[in-house]
Amino acid sequence: MADGTERRRFSVRVNGAPSGVHCDETQKVLTALEHAFPDPDLRAVRVGCRQGGCGACRVKVIKGEYTTAKMSRAHVTEEEEAEGFALACRLYPQSDLEIEPAFLGPRGRQQKQDN
Amino acid sequence: MSQEGLLRPGIAQIRVLDMEESITHYVDRIGLNFVSKEADGRVYLKGYDEFHRHSIVLREADTAGIDFFAFKADSQDSVDQYRKRIEEYGLDVDDVPAGEQPGTGGRIGFTVASGHRIELYADMDLSDDAPETHSPFIWREEPHGMRAQRMDHCLLYGPNIDKVEEFFTTVLDFHLPERVDLPDGTLAIWMTVSNKAHDIAFVKHDEPGKLHHLAFFLEDWNEIGHAADVMTRYDISRDVGPTRHGITRGQTIYFFDPSGNRNEVFCGGYTAYKDHPVRVWDHNTVGRGIFYYERQLNEAFLSVVT
Repeated sequence: MADGTERRRFSVRVNGAPSGVHCDETQKVLTALEHAFPDPDLRAVRVGCRQGGCGACRVKVIKGEYTTAKMSRAHVTEEEEAEGFALACRLYPQSDLEIEPAFLGPRGRQQKQDN
Repeated sequence: MSQEGLLRPGIAQIRVLDMEESITHYVDRIGLNFVSKEADGRVYLKGYDEFHRHSIVLREADTAGIDFFAFKADSQDSVDQYRKRIEEYGLDVDDVPAGEQPGTGGRIGFTVASGHRIELYADMDLSDDAPETHSPFIWREEPHGMRAQRMDHCLLYGPNIDKVEEFFTTVLDFHLPERVDLPDGTLAIWMTVSNKAHDIAFVKHDEPGKLHHLAFFLEDWNEIGHAADVMTRYDISRDVGPTRHGITRGQTIYFFDPSGNRNEVFCGGYTAYKDHPVRVWDHNTVGRGIFYYERQLNEAFLSVVT
C-alpha cells in the first residue's frame, strides 16, 4: 500500500477447480479472472459491463470472506446478497474464496423499476 | 431539406448507481459540461457544442438503465399535433409539467411497444454556455476528456420491434434508412427525423425497456483514437473498438459507465434522405454490419444491457 503496508493477496477458485487465481484485497475478482492466463474454469464467469449494472458476472461465493461495492438490485437483491450472491466485478476478497457462476440470463428476473 | 416537426434527440435521463463516480465519468472523461444539480438529486449535463440548457440527466437509483428518451420539436403546435396522432394510434399520453426539469417546458410522455418511455417537448432555455453566435470561435474553451460534442442517439432493446417501427414511421414521421432482417423477422431498425443515419435505433430482445447504449458525437477518427487513450488511462471498461459499424458507417468505440450503462463515442455516419432506398442486412452479414473490421458480433452485443 502507499503507506508501506502489504496488500493482502488471496486465491480465488472457480467451480471447485484445483487451482485458482491471485486477487489482491483491493482488486475486483472479475479483473483478476480476466487478466489471468486463459483457463476454461475462469472463463465460466461471464464478462459484461464490469461495472455492476448488467448482471453478466453474477456468482455465488461458496466459501470465504469478502466485501462488495454497490450492485444493481435488478441482478442481486438484498436477500440474495445475504445468501452469498454477488457480481464478480463488485467483489473484493478478504480471504481465499471459492465461487461458482450464477448467471441468470435475460429471462432470469423482472426488472424492478424504482419510483 | 426543410425539417419540421421533431428535430432531434433532446434529453436522455439515465439511472446511475453512484452519482459522484458518474459525474467524473460523464464530465471529466466523456467531456460533457456540468450544468446543475437539483434538490431531488438529479444532475444535468450538456455537450459543449449544444445550444440548449441540458441533454443528459443522471438519476441515482438501485438499478442502471434508461428512464426516458425525449425528442425536441420545432414548436408546441407540433407537440400538440403529435399528441393527437399518438392518442388516435392508441397509446396513453401523460403530461409532464413545465419546470419538472429546470429550464424545460411541458413534455408529453408515452410508452412504446418495446417498453420504453419516449417524450416530446418544444421548449428549453438556451444555455448560458451555448456555442457563440456572433463571429463565433469553434469553441470558447478547448474541449476536454473524450471531447463529446453532443448527445447523439440511443439504441434500445425490447420486444415488438415491428410495432415500434410502425409507430415511429407512421405516427412520429421518422424515416428508416437501415435495418437487419433475419429469417425469423426483423432484428434491428435504425430511424431518423433528420439527415443523420439514425436518431434512435431498436434491437429485438425479450426483456422490455432495456438500454443498449447512449451515444456521443465526436469530430473524426483521430478523436476516436484519443477517446481510446482516455479509456485506458482511466481504466474505463471498454466493450468493443475503436472500429467501424457497417450499419450507418459510423466509426465507434463502445464502453461502459460506472453503473454498467453502455456508452458510445462515434464520428461520421452517412447522410440520410427520405427518398433513399433502405439498406438491408441479413443473417449472413450482420457481423460486418455491426463491427465492420472484426466482421463478427461479440457475445456482449446481444446480451449485455441495463
